[in-house]
Amino acid sequence: MLEIKCPYCGKRSQNEFSYGGDANIKRPKLGDEVSTKDWDDFVYFRDNPRGKHSEFWHHVSGCRQWFKASRDTATHEIFKTARLDEDL
Amino acid sequence: MTATYRTNSEDNFINKNKVINFTFNGKSYKGYEGDTLASALIANGVHLVGRSFKYHRPRGFLGVGVEEPNAMVQLHEGHKSEPNIIATEVELVEGLKAKSQNCWPSVKFDIGEINDLLKSFFPAGFYYKTFMWPKSFWMLIYEPFIRKAAGMGVAPTKPDPDRYEHNYEHCDVLVVGSGPSGLASALAAANNGAKVILAEDKAHFGGSLLTDNVTVGNKTGKEWAEETISHLKNLPNVIVKNRSQVFGYYDHNMTVMFERVSDHIENPSEYTPRQRLHYIRAGEVVVSTGSIERPLSFGNNDRPGIFLSSAANEYMKIYGTLVGKKPIIFTNNDTAYKTAIEFKKNNINPVILDTRDSSSGDLVKEAESLGLDIKFNYGVANVKGRLKISSATIGKLSSDKESFTELQEIDCDCICMSGGWTPTVHLSSQAGNKLKFDEKIDAFIPNTKRQKETAIGAANGSFTLSQSLAEGFQVGFDLSNSITSNNKKTPLPTSNEPSYEDHDKFWCMPLPQNQKPKRFIDFQNDVAVSDVELAVREGFRSIEHVKRYTTLGMAGDQGKTSNLNGLQHVSNIQKKIVPEVGHTTFRPPYTPVTIGTIVGREVGNHFQPSRKTPTHNWHVENNVVFTNAGLWLRPRYYPRGNETMQEAVNRESLNVRQNVGICDVTSLGKIDIKGPDASELLNRVYTNAWKKLPVGKARYGVMLREDGMVFDDGTTTRLSENHFHMTTTTAQAANVLSHLEFYLQVVWPELNVNVLSTTEEWSGAAIAGPKSRDLMKKIFPLVDFSTEKFPFMGVVETEVLGIHAKIYRISFSGELAYEVNVESNHGLYMWNKIIEVGKEFGIQPYGTEALATLRIEMGHVSGPELDGRAVPYDIGLQGMVSQKKDFIGKRSLQKEAFIQPDRQTLVGIIPIDKKTKIPEGSHLVENDKAALPNPKLGHVSSSCWSVEYNNPFSIAVLKDGKNKIGEKLFAVYPLKNISIPVEVVSSHYVDPNGERVRV
Ligand SMILES: [Zn+2]
Repeated sequence: MLEIKCPYCGKRSQNEFSYGGDANIKRPKLGDEVSTKDWDDFVYFRDNPRGKHSEFWHHVSGCRQWFKASRDTATHEIFKTARLDEDL
Repeated sequence: MTATYRTNSEDNFINKNKVINFTFNGKSYKGYEGDTLASALIANGVHLVGRSFKYHRPRGFLGVGVEEPNAMVQLHEGHKSEPNIIATEVELVEGLKAKSQNCWPSVKFDIGEINDLLKSFFPAGFYYKTFMWPKSFWMLIYEPFIRKAAGMGVAPTKPDPDRYEHNYEHCDVLVVGSGPSGLASALAAANNGAKVILAEDKAHFGGSLLTDNVTVGNKTGKEWAEETISHLKNLPNVIVKNRSQVFGYYDHNMTVMFERVSDHIENPSEYTPRQRLHYIRAGEVVVSTGSIERPLSFGNNDRPGIFLSSAANEYMKIYGTLVGKKPIIFTNNDTAYKTAIEFKKNNINPVILDTRDSSSGDLVKEAESLGLDIKFNYGVANVKGRLKISSATIGKLSSDKESFTELQEIDCDCICMSGGWTPTVHLSSQAGNKLKFDEKIDAFIPNTKRQKETAIGAANGSFTLSQSLAEGFQVGFDLSNSITSNNKKTPLPTSNEPSYEDHDKFWCMPLPQNQKPKRFIDFQNDVAVSDVELAVREGFRSIEHVKRYTTLGMAGDQGKTSNLNGLQHVSNIQKKIVPEVGHTTFRPPYTPVTIGTIVGREVGNHFQPSRKTPTHNWHVENNVVFTNAGLWLRPRYYPRGNETMQEAVNRESLNVRQNVGICDVTSLGKIDIKGPDASELLNRVYTNAWKKLPVGKARYGVMLREDGMVFDDGTTTRLSENHFHMTTTTAQAANVLSHLEFYLQVVWPELNVNVLSTTEEWSGAAIAGPKSRDLMKKIFPLVDFSTEKFPFMGVVETEVLGIHAKIYRISFSGELAYEVNVESNHGLYMWNKIIEVGKEFGIQPYGTEALATLRIEMGHVSGPELDGRAVPYDIGLQGMVSQKKDFIGKRSLQKEAFIQPDRQTLVGIIPIDKKTKIPEGSHLVENDKAALPNPKLGHVSSSCWSVEYNNPFSIAVLKDGKNKIGEKLFAVYPLKNISIPVEVVSSHYVDPNGERVRV
């Protein structure tokens, strides 16, 4: 079980959190014309790197804030966590 | 029976003043306080314990602790019965009942032993090769046969009556193992102010200090261990746990330990747990888990009476028990001489066989000076005695050690063997440590760590006391100081121990001429030298493949005594050095853990939390049958008298259609949405328009995922300009809240909106049926219920008897209906009031089954249709999709596949015989006799018994459904051989124009 540092609450066990996917994904703006390829990339396609990965986490059984984490997908090492308005 | 194999010494942990009675295979024995089941049986001269897994060979004891591969027993009886328990790990308690397993009819005469006579037919891979063909035989014949033949113990069939607990701990330094290095590091870390947990698997702390003749400071090793432990126990920053096995090392320094709390207590209080599982998140973990002695391979080396030499020594020194009186000590190193010397102290003269030319280690010299018979260059070739060894064929080893010369037979009743020592690296390896092979000790040791874990002492390949203490004190100080910075160093005491010479790199004895006895490597899985040779001969190269083909190291003991010998043998055959062969992966648990311990208190009603509504007890008093909806307990139906479920559901449904019913809808998700951008948020998450919804009105909404699939639906009400009350389905309540939070925090942080779950703030009751308005008028006299003043989808806030209530005119049943929400603490009062006033209107409660019947008849979609695979069009919700604005998932709806003209749509299905209920999940096909694969046109999502028409009715999603109304199809359910001729009709079966809700 990982130990994750919520930027608002501090270190907590993984079972308080839920995973929210790749933090590099940016949703196209509402109302914009989006090509089929760009839309499919946004909805379906994700990198699956071995190593460092920026991702969203939700402190769902805690403060309910979403935040960002930089994690090694192979070793689970968490290099940093940051609020959404901070850099990872 | 009097125990005849006891030493006369008092210097052990046996209390001869307290006799303990126990039975083994129905026979009564006596042991002493301090005994294990193993030591007590050995003291009584019992060596035949069980039968081996594959060949059913007679087996006794090999070891003295967790390493024991053979001596597995079935403990206790009835619902407390436990299989596959290692006798060396069971502390004796009064009345203990144990028996042999894997034998029939008895351990002395076991029919399955025929496998041993046929062993040349049971080589490695036998099961794979033999039971492959024909395929149909597998389930019927082979599998049950193998299960019966290869079974170990028998699992109890009744629930476990014992109590188990879970505990969470945090510490700076967790020390695993209380041998010299563990004690030293715990002491150094604790004295330096760190919060320390010291865990010891055994009942007694001290490890090798309890059996070795060494000194620390001016004390014996045993005295120093006792003094150190009592010092640690008195420190407030230290938790000391014996009978506690750290068995798993997971990510971020999370370790898991089980503690045997009351197994060793005769009459534990009923509130004492049997075992406790500790989750320990440690800043640093010190792995001081010691080492395990390696066996030697020689003919019939699995016979009862053949021990690890260290085990024999420990039986004498800790348990005052003699494993035999005519011992052979058989070794390739100095450490076995400890055992020889201990035998001599008990006036028993062992014969020592040493595969080396010579040794000038202190222990060897001491054995020589005691006049013991030492034969260098000697080995055991074979043994005699099937149920207990009676003699050994020993011989001089040729200079190349590939054969014996001068074979002779000598009487013996036990052989104490030593093939050197294997560091217990399991936890380090589990932690991700890349091991390296240490040629000096011929074993793997931890090398490159990935987590905050440090191996010391024998677990690190440091086998001497002085090294162990030095590493312990240094590491204990360094690790603690990185946390506390107290700089309080505990001085390293002096120590004294014998010197050791190198071991012989030789483990597998040659076969005696013209004989082919099995030389076992893995005792628990019956893997012999010949099996490993066969696997390599058949082309298995990778050690992982050899392991799986031979099953070497795959038994419950995880190869504690066999892995290294197996590797060594593969390396000898392949002429590769061991590090090139590599090692197999160590996985938790290090030792078997009872399921009860892992489950803890989360059994029965505590398996998961139950969410109960404020009216829960009313339902119980009214003979409810509950259903689980997520964590919620929801009323399913309320049977009366001898009613079947279908009869009760029909009655409840019909009463809603004809009179009025009441349904507990508290579990629906409720989200309070506030802020100047609240309507903008709704506009973005729902498919329809929200900005112009008037205050005091509700609207039905549908949410999509970004991939265009319907995610959830519900009604949302505008309570004021910037304040909305959203409802979700029971199932998706939590997910919808997370979804809204994600978009508000991550995607559109510029929106000024707050969302909050209010599901538990409100107790909700749906009052549905043609008489609901008359009933509502009587309860809420201040409200004008006329359609003009309170139309469909209207909302009114009112008060009755000081209770604030929100009344929504919404309907899931398709009847005139209202939903009354009051604060949760008034829920039961309001419910009772409605029931009481409703009597004159014939009110009846209805549950989720009737709720489903009513909505299916109306063609309203719910969970089974919103299955994550439907776009709005598929389930008749295309009218809800705004063309004017953008929203989550809208772009996906333009995808080619989603706009095909023959895409599936929602339809109704009626069986042509108007009698046969169609199972939900049935597939719709044109021809039920068509060749496979029969093209599937759709599936039945929800089924009910229509109370309106008195025949079965289902809704289904059907390809090109809008053009198939009136067609005849088949609903098939091949798993149950069901095929039902059906007709496709409109999904709006009852009140197709929706007039009833608007009256
Ligand atoms: Zn938090």
